[in-house]
Amino acid sequence: MKRWLIALVVLLLGRRRRALALPPGREPWRGDRRAENLTLLLLGVTMLAALGFIVLYATNPDTQFLGAAIGFAFVALAAACGIAAKRVVPQREEEEPRAELRHVQDEDEAMLVLEEGGEGVTRKRLFFLAGSGVAGLLGAALLAPALSCGPEANRVLTNSPWRRGRRLVTEENEPISAGTIGIGELVTAFPEGADKEELASPVIVVRVRPDELELPDERRDWAPQGLVAYSKICTHAGCAVSEYRYPLYDPTAPGPAVVCPCHYSTFSVTNGGHRLFGPAGRALPQLPLAIGADGVLIAGGDFSGRVGPSWWGVRKG
Amino acid sequence: MRRVACLALVVTVVTVSGAQAAGDPRHGRELFRTGCQSCHGVDAKGVRGNGPSLVGAGAAAADFYLSTGRMPLDQPVSQPVRTDPPYNPEAIDDLVAYIGTLGGPRVPRVDLSHASISRGQRLFTENCAACHQIAGRGGVMAGAFVPTLLEATPRQIYEAARIGPYVMPKFSKKQLSDDELASIARYIDYAKNPENPGGWELFDIGPVPEGMVAWLIGLFALVLVIRVLGEREPE
Repeated sequence: MKRWLIALVVLLLGRRRRALALPPGREPWRGDRRAENLTLLLLGVTMLAALGFIVLYATNPDTQFLGAAIGFAFVALAAACGIAAKRVVPQREEEEPRAELRHVQDEDEAMLVLEEGGEGVTRKRLFFLAGSGVAGLLGAALLAPALSCGPEANRVLTNSPWRRGRRLVTEENEPISAGTIGIGELVTAFPEGADKEELASPVIVVRVRPDELELPDERRDWAPQGLVAYSKICTHAGCAVSEYRYPLYDPTAPGPAVVCPCHYSTFSVTNGGHRLFGPAGRALPQLPLAIGADGVLIAGGDFSGRVGPSWWGVRKG
Repeated sequence: MRRVACLALVVTVVTVSGAQAAGDPRHGRELFRTGCQSCHGVDAKGVRGNGPSLVGAGAAAADFYLSTGRMPLDQPVSQPVRTDPPYNPEAIDDLVAYIGTLGGPRVPRVDLSHASISRGQRLFTENCAACHQIAGRGGVMAGAFVPTLLEATPRQIYEAARIGPYVMPKFSKKQLSDDELASIARYIDYAKNPENPGGWELFDIGPVPEGMVAWLIGLFALVLVIRVLGEREPE
């Protein structure tokens, strides 16, 4: 690998081109040094910004900085291209008397004119290297996020901290007593002692009237006293499902449901998280609940399905 | 002695219901018969499919629905929205007093003396902003409109949080204490005319108009750049 890279660099640097003989009477194009310097500077900035993107992505993927880095790279690249087009490449217009274009000699001459266009640029190899550097680094920056799809991704997406008997706690790590949640209230809960930032950690707990419940038979004992819990992560794009509607009087209002504020995916809370509306492709995973000896809420097991947005491995369930 | 006990009882009753305006429940009942009974039923026991029973709904719910003009409602199935209350304040007090006699939560006492805007903003962000939007401008949710809070008084905010009107969830005192509700009410009051250090508030309705402005400015800037790039060099 290393030898190949060295060979490539030697090839790029070592390629000499024959000097073109200018036709008599034509003045060589005088390159604009300042514009060239500026273009090279901008290409360097592009490379630095692209490198910055990769470093930021690897260390602390704050989306604001990531966006700034990649945006800055593209702006600098655009500026470099603009200046190169206006100031570095010869802009001279010349008319050449030609009888017929299809003449072989004339075509050769036209090729010569074309090639000559590049001759005015004094540091072509440096430009070529800078261009290659930009292409390489910017390409690497664009590919860097793909590294997140490695083996770690599978662990993040499938790991669930919920076990049978694990207590539900509030954000302040206080156990939740079943009696404190009234009908029409929503509480966000986490597994005791687990990382709250994990995808499968946050759940929403609501209480409905037990006669409202239409859970599948196998989940009949998942909702003690009408308390049901679902993953708080929307199965569409992974937003926090934070809107809750519970009708004060159900005959004249829409039924109990949780709604994701991002794209309005709506999940029923009475029948196992089935999607009622919106772009989500599958139901919200339900967490079986139980009430511990001291009256606090505990998990009765793991979720009914995979938590988080659907991807190719998980579309249903 | 009996007279003293009687007086003490009267004093207790008056103190307990102190937050309520002194309405006349008997007159309220008359008003209920003409204005509310067709949906809420005789003696507010409810009419199946039309209107819920108001027994136990409480003076807080009556005060909320009547003082925001959400009741009376033209169509029992439509979402109650804020209007100018058709009843005058005295009539509302009488109706509230009548519903209060049927039991349920009283009209809350509002005390903003310990309220803090910053705490209110944090609590509002966590509990309310998902539906009501961070500046309280309202929006939509699946199946219902979310009302703006610009016209809400602190008392109505207290009442709405406790009763959960229409499809809004309830908030118990454990979830949001009275002090916390006071902070939220204070923040909502502030959000009616928030400071805008950035300059242009764009109706305070969030990222959509802001994004539009960014796009329009960006597109205009791009057109300018293209125009400059495409210009011929002067000979």
